[in-house]
Amino acid sequence: MSISIHVSLGQVAASLALVAIAAAISFWRRTDLERDIAIATVRSLVQLTAIGYAIKLIFDADTIWLVLVLLTVMVLFGALTARSRAKKVPGAFWPLLIGLAIAAASTLGLVVALGIFEATPRYLVPVGGMMIGNAMTASAVALNRLGDEVSESRAAIEATLALGATAREAAAPFVRRALRSGTIALVDSTKTTGLIFFPGTMVGMLLAGAEPADAVRLQLILLYALLGSTAIAALVATGLAYRNFFTPAQQLREPSLH
Amino acid sequence: MRDVRDHAAVLFELREVSLTRGGRRVLDRIGADLHSGATAIVGPSGSGKSTLLRLLNRLADPDSGAIAYRDRPLVEYDPLALRREVSLVPQLPSLLPGSVESNVAYAAGLAGREPELERCLSLAGLDSAFATRDVGELSVGERQRVMLGRALAQRPDVLLLDEPTSALDHTARDAVEATLAELRRELDISLIVVTHDPEQARRLADRAVRLEAGRVVACGALEEALS
Repeated sequence: MSISIHVSLGQVAASLALVAIAAAISFWRRTDLERDIAIATVRSLVQLTAIGYAIKLIFDADTIWLVLVLLTVMVLFGALTARSRAKKVPGAFWPLLIGLAIAAASTLGLVVALGIFEATPRYLVPVGGMMIGNAMTASAVALNRLGDEVSESRAAIEATLALGATAREAAAPFVRRALRSGTIALVDSTKTTGLIFFPGTMVGMLLAGAEPADAVRLQLILLYALLGSTAIAALVATGLAYRNFFTPAQQLREPSLH
Repeated sequence: MRDVRDHAAVLFELREVSLTRGGRRVLDRIGADLHSGATAIVGPSGSGKSTLLRLLNRLADPDSGAIAYRDRPLVEYDPLALRREVSLVPQLPSLLPGSVESNVAYAAGLAGREPELERCLSLAGLDSAFATRDVGELSVGERQRVMLGRALAQRPDVLLLDEPTSALDHTARDAVEATLAELRRELDISLIVVTHDPEQARRLADRAVRLEAGRVVACGALEEALS
């Protein structure tokens, strides 16, 4: 799979024409998104350029330790970002952090152990980034839903607790729905992949001149690994986070105390 | 009027019980003895009645003060076992999705008991044909009765009822009150009923605790406490 493609800065600059169209549509239809489009464009340029240099540094150094540092930073920022989407869940940071760490470690460990990828920076960095990014989205969606479910269903949860059910039993239907919300988006997009949209890795490989068969196989591996990592992250995050709604005496905490 | 059972055993002892929520003093140094038999907790809305009821099976704990149940501090009981023995039926029915039967079986299962479906439905004033009905199809009054039947499936010693008829019309209210009176006759069970209606307290209870703005203003024999 050795592919080489050169993209000049001029080509990148030319693609800004499409950004101009997006901004023009926003201005014309008064969706008031011009400022956000500008911020998104500048941030993507700065962030991707920075990560590009960081990845080059890590590839050149060719040491697993730098990869681990980068993946750790990604997990940390992923948990912080996801926490901002789970405001109704008390103490959401640790469940998210642990969920992302376990998802990244187990899926990367498995793809290396099964001999799918080599344990080198060239594979671990991009694949790890994809796993953590998707796991972050899945666990953020799951905890966001969990927060909404619990705050809307306090009466139902307390009615079950009043029968002497444990917090785990009382929260089970809501945890299940939250977990489903977190994982269903990727399951659905996996079902339609190739029919309605071409996933990014495959597009990138085809553009870079790879054989379609290689592009498809690599894409399949990544999709299947992503299914695993999103499910693990959402499972761990919801499984730990629901406990924070309850006291050790199996009482539902008051929302004002969150 | 019922006999006032002055000799009745004290179930709950509350001493200097206070609770603050959202900066508001909901319960303010509550002191009361709740006896076996039937006790009404009476007061206007916002007086802290429902909050007080929730403390009795530890759905919440007070910020300060002490509550004892059968001469033992409430906090020494396993909260799950306590809630099966002192069962709370909330003001608004909130059942698990599914059939009436599955709700009763769930509650019985938590208490490690056989469902005894017919007995529970009959005690709650429901025909056994209700067993297979989906709870989503029931009226509020019927759901309230399923809540009662579900609680009875655990064979509790004490039933805590939070405004058991507030969501019902007059006919349904009278039927539920008759069911509660029947329960007292048939089972050795104590009732603690929260109500805003002194007349309902007179119909259901032997004793009363009257609350106003989180404080006990009267406590004891029914007429004495309500007058």
